[in-house]
Amino acid sequence: MKWEEPGGTFHAASAPDYIPRPQMRELQLARLRAVVRRAYDHVRHFRERLDARGFTPPDVRTLEDIAHLPFTTKADLRDTYPFGLFASPMSDVVRLHASSGTTGKPIVVAYTQQDLEVWTSVMVRAFAACGLTHGDIVQNAYGYGLFTGGLGAHYGAEALGATVIPVSGGNTDRQIMVLKDFNVTAICCTPSYFIHLLERAGELGVNIRELPLRVGVFGAEPWTESMRRHIEIEGGIQAFDIYGLSEIIGPGVSIECPYHDGLHVFEDHFYPEVIDPESGRVLADGEEGELVLTTLSKQAMPMIRYRTRDITALASGPCPCGRTVRRIARIGRRSDDMFIIRGINVFPSQIETALLAVEGTLPHYQIILTRVRGLDAMEVQVEVTPEVFSDKIGALETLHDRLLYALDQTLGLRVEVTLVAPRSIQRSEGKAKRVIDRRNLSSEARHEDSPTIALPRK
Amino acid sequence: MKIHQLSLFLENKPGQMTEPCRVLARAGIDIRTLTLADTQRFGILRLIVSDWQQARGLLEDAGYVVNITEVVAVEVADRPGGLAGLLDLFEGSDVNIEYMYAFTFGREGRAVLIFRFDNPDGAIERLRAAGLNVLADVEVYHRIAV
Repeated sequence: MKWEEPGGTFHAASAPDYIPRPQMRELQLARLRAVVRRAYDHVRHFRERLDARGFTPPDVRTLEDIAHLPFTTKADLRDTYPFGLFASPMSDVVRLHASSGTTGKPIVVAYTQQDLEVWTSVMVRAFAACGLTHGDIVQNAYGYGLFTGGLGAHYGAEALGATVIPVSGGNTDRQIMVLKDFNVTAICCTPSYFIHLLERAGELGVNIRELPLRVGVFGAEPWTESMRRHIEIEGGIQAFDIYGLSEIIGPGVSIECPYHDGLHVFEDHFYPEVIDPESGRVLADGEEGELVLTTLSKQAMPMIRYRTRDITALASGPCPCGRTVRRIARIGRRSDDMFIIRGINVFPSQIETALLAVEGTLPHYQIILTRVRGLDAMEVQVEVTPEVFSDKIGALETLHDRLLYALDQTLGLRVEVTLVAPRSIQRSEGKAKRVIDRRNLSSEARHEDSPTIALPRK
Repeated sequence: MKIHQLSLFLENKPGQMTEPCRVLARAGIDIRTLTLADTQRFGILRLIVSDWQQARGLLEDAGYVVNITEVVAVEVADRPGGLAGLLDLFEGSDVNIEYMYAFTFGREGRAVLIFRFDNPDGAIERLRAAGLNVLADVEVYHRIAV
């Protein structure tokens, strides 16, 4: 396979996934130096931080020098909302996307034409790693819009030469019709949505196993091995985990290969580090910690040492697939209290903002996450306080509806609100346990009876 | 001449009414009458008790959010048209009934109506002018105790 790098550089051998390590490190260092220079010259926030440390872009002499650079956090994105971290003038920005922030305001991300080309190229490489080619028919059931999932997968699959069906999220019965009637061979969506599709297909008498569908590219939320087993057996497909985040580029930061032993990071564009989330110290490959990513080629919005809050470990050993780029272990948990529901990032602080806006004071509350028929569901339990309690039913129903509306507006997500008795939510000694996540437990429990079938891999 | 009603928030699940009743029973507080307003999601228990101040303290100590509302208790004849005749008094007036409930008690031929008015003082004025017996806390207690 021939590979053309965005910007015109031509690599004769193959995609950069396979280039020898020394060559990769050389490429990474050159790009790191350039991106640090770019951020320093065009992003005041970054320049001030570097100046405060007495560090200048030429001080980056080796890849290890990255440890001297300051971290970028979600708070930095919030504080510079909306465009404060852009390194390109708006006239060079050809696309904006947004994802949820920690409070009411979203996080805005920008792309130049070249950034979009990079994004498309990593998505092409991701789909190729899943075994997709130009003959495939891809049903893209990620949401199209501000969310990066839809368009990211769309342009990647198109550039691969596959046939893309931009069906977007939702409308499950129509998804099943498309899956059945259009000879779809690959689907992109969240893993929980695919489980929902499987269940609905069963109700409609459609056996997905008998369809030409053979590959699922699932991401935008954490999932378990037992979910994979369920999906592969019930769907008769091979399921691949894709990882990415809007702050870095969107989907396409890393992907599983057919060996399913971690996700290969497209290291020529995204430099991965794993750090101790407490001390910030860089950990050795193999040690578990928080994933930190640096965009090596981003123009519009370079991210230097962005703290993803995702917990993982880097694997540097050779992969039987032949790719030389390092792998991260599948992400199962985070170092902050963010959770992902139906592909949307949610922070408890967003919920607090909404509750506070309605009630004036912050009531005790708890978030219960469950998975009902494959779909994530979220319930916010709110204790009734003396300030809001009324002897009139109408007043409490109005309160309920206002809470529902405020949460809907803040999260962009339908949730359930339950008013509960005072002191009925358990108080903990230290930090309040705000989120009760029953999704994995229920899926483990539901699928534990599934027969384990050795699938052809390793 | 308003009386004090206690309202409690109850979740919509089995066994929710038992505990507040127990709290009152242990202290020897009589429930004169009660009504349960419920929706699909929650309920409100409204109580008229023999000692509302003590009851409030006990229930709050037990962790309940207690709302005290001033309601109006009226004694009427327990016969067809008794309530209708009373409601006529408010026809075309600015007094609005938020909710009401009724009970009879030991005295033959008499019933007590409990009203939550948006304008209780205006309501009492009209009731009195019509010669109706508006009851005080202590009277409600005694009527029922007979």
